Amino acid sequence: MPLQNEHEEVDVLIVGGGMVGLTIAAALGGAGLEVLVVDRSPPPHQTAPAFDGRASAIAYGSRLVLEGIGVWSRMAAEAEPILDIRVSDGDAPFFLHYDHRDLGEAPLGHMVENRVTRRALHDHVSELGTVRLRAPGSVTGFDRAGSRAHALLDDGTRVAASIVIAAEGKRSPTRTAAGIRVTEWTYPQTGIVCTVAHEEPHRGIAHERFLPAGPFAILPIVDADEPDADAAAAPDLPWRHRSSLVWTERNAIAPRILELERPAFDEELRRRFGDFLGAVRSVGPRWSYPLSVLIAERYVDHRLALIGDAAHAIHPIAGQGLNLGLRDVAALAEVLVDAARVGLDIGDLSVLERYQRWRRFDTMTLTMVTDGLNRLFSNDIAPVRLVRDLGLAAVNRMPPLKRLLMRHAMGTLGELPRLARGQPL
Amino acid sequence: MRTWDDGGGTTLDPEEARRFEALADEWWDPHGKFRPLHNFNPARLGYLRGRLVGHFGRDPLARRPLEGLRLVDLGCGGGLVAEPMARLGASVVGCDAVPANVGAAAAHAAQAGLEIDYRHCLAEDLVAAGESFDVVLALEVVEHVADVPLFLHACRRLLRPGGCLVVATINRTAKSLLLAKIGAEYVLGWLPRGTHDWRRFLRPSEIAAHLRREGLTVRDVTGVTYAPLTNEWRLSADTDVNYMLTATAG
Repeated sequence: MPLQNEHEEVDVLIVGGGMVGLTIAAALGGAGLEVLVVDRSPPPHQTAPAFDGRASAIAYGSRLVLEGIGVWSRMAAEAEPILDIRVSDGDAPFFLHYDHRDLGEAPLGHMVENRVTRRALHDHVSELGTVRLRAPGSVTGFDRAGSRAHALLDDGTRVAASIVIAAEGKRSPTRTAAGIRVTEWTYPQTGIVCTVAHEEPHRGIAHERFLPAGPFAILPIVDADEPDADAAAAPDLPWRHRSSLVWTERNAIAPRILELERPAFDEELRRRFGDFLGAVRSVGPRWSYPLSVLIAERYVDHRLALIGDAAHAIHPIAGQGLNLGLRDVAALAEVLVDAARVGLDIGDLSVLERYQRWRRFDTMTLTMVTDGLNRLFSNDIAPVRLVRDLGLAAVNRMPPLKRLLMRHAMGTLGELPRLARGQPL
Repeated sequence: MRTWDDGGGTTLDPEEARRFEALADEWWDPHGKFRPLHNFNPARLGYLRGRLVGHFGRDPLARRPLEGLRLVDLGCGGGLVAEPMARLGASVVGCDAVPANVGAAAAHAAQAGLEIDYRHCLAEDLVAAGESFDVVLALEVVEHVADVPLFLHACRRLLRPGGCLVVATINRTAKSLLLAKIGAEYVLGWLPRGTHDWRRFLRPSEIAAHLRREGLTVRDVTGVTYAPLTNEWRLSADTDVNYMLTATAG
């Protein structure tokens, strides 16, 4: 314990040092603002494979954001380009086919393991003189009423900042303490996430398959450097080709699947996965996440901005959660940096409301689209199935509509912040 | 009262002063009567920063690029421009003809921890007091003064050699009558009715002619236009409605 309580003066206090929190820290710190990030978990813990076994789709627009901030080069070697997305309805013959060549040369996006992104961000901000990280640490109290926001940390440190950014994820305590209400609904589904090893290379193709229990996504990630730990137990199955799996299952069944021993789990896996990549087996631990949608009634308050899942957590059906968060980063960073540049008070509501106006539409659209897709596809009623199969085939035959959907998924639609257009802040 | 060595005349329009007196509490309420001005502010601050950094050869990436410059904001209102200028490092004097504005501005700056010298006075009072500045700002004020040539003369008198004067106002065109007067006051309700008298608006050429007579060099005229789709103001080449003008002494 410090004998005398420390006092820190910064421009920005970021609560939550996950992927979105650290990205905005990097963006603002890179533009010369003084930033303090407070997170509950110590950094080495966050980049350990056991902390977060997920991989995320980094859309083209998100990659531009990470490039603009200077982080992408630290993760590019471990990013698998998505060259093709094949959407199919169970085993129906119709499928929707997104080929990156429909829109030009750039890949549709990249699959990156979250631990890779976290490590790149940690390395980057630790080299910025303007960003400091308090981890582990937490905020025990706020006073945002005056001309500066004041926060008390668990170690007794007092922090004064012009603005607090809550990037704590779906259950943001800062949002709750600010009295910002949320609209929330849950799906009777659980997302099971794990890595799989397969015999044949995936050739950069992502598969989204709509099974009766919900979407089943096979997402290409980079080959392992060497056979994984589980390969020792399966000497006849030593492959290094890997995909990340998001397997949506009914809540009633998910716990039982998660508890299965590996041979039985792999058997359930193969029934859904098929043999198009040869033989498959699961690798490493399994994670599960209850699926729900949450939208905050507003994204800003006096000297407070919500960002990422703290503002909106959407259904993972289209892999857009992190991408929405990174688009928040691009918009909020631009609003704050522009305001600071002309001498405005960056925590003033007149500044923050510009961020809210900017992000509202994009978020609401994606929430509704992903919710609708999930409701449409998570059932096995014959007429519904016929209609949606025809729908997928129809979308596939309408290049303009398909390009529009692809652009939204790539994050290149609408009035884009400078970072999301590949321009500097 | 002031002693003004240029003889009689005053820039104070008592009618205008009374109108603003009634609104003084609202300057800093982002949802209040001055909301359109808050919305307009980033564009004009961007212009000021760009022009001043360029003219004084300052580092465009610095957090406080105006450090060491003495600046006066004539008709400062609640300090919507004075505070950002102070944050950018300038040593700021704000003056306004309306006592309640000066009170509201001083209270807000104190709360924000900014040192700004607010005074209830007219431009000519500062001249009489022998004050001089590197930067003189006359933003959205010439359309409210009683005697424009006298006011611009006072602006020039306040300017140090090598100093920079920025005037922002509304052009007198058919478009400005439609947008800035009828549109803003009657259709959109952005401004209280009667805020502006269109006949008192000045064309850029008229301001420039006055300033040239005062021996200043006009360096730039830039328009500020509203984009309804994004609800934002941007700098542009279109000076038909709002515009900003920079002149320098020497």
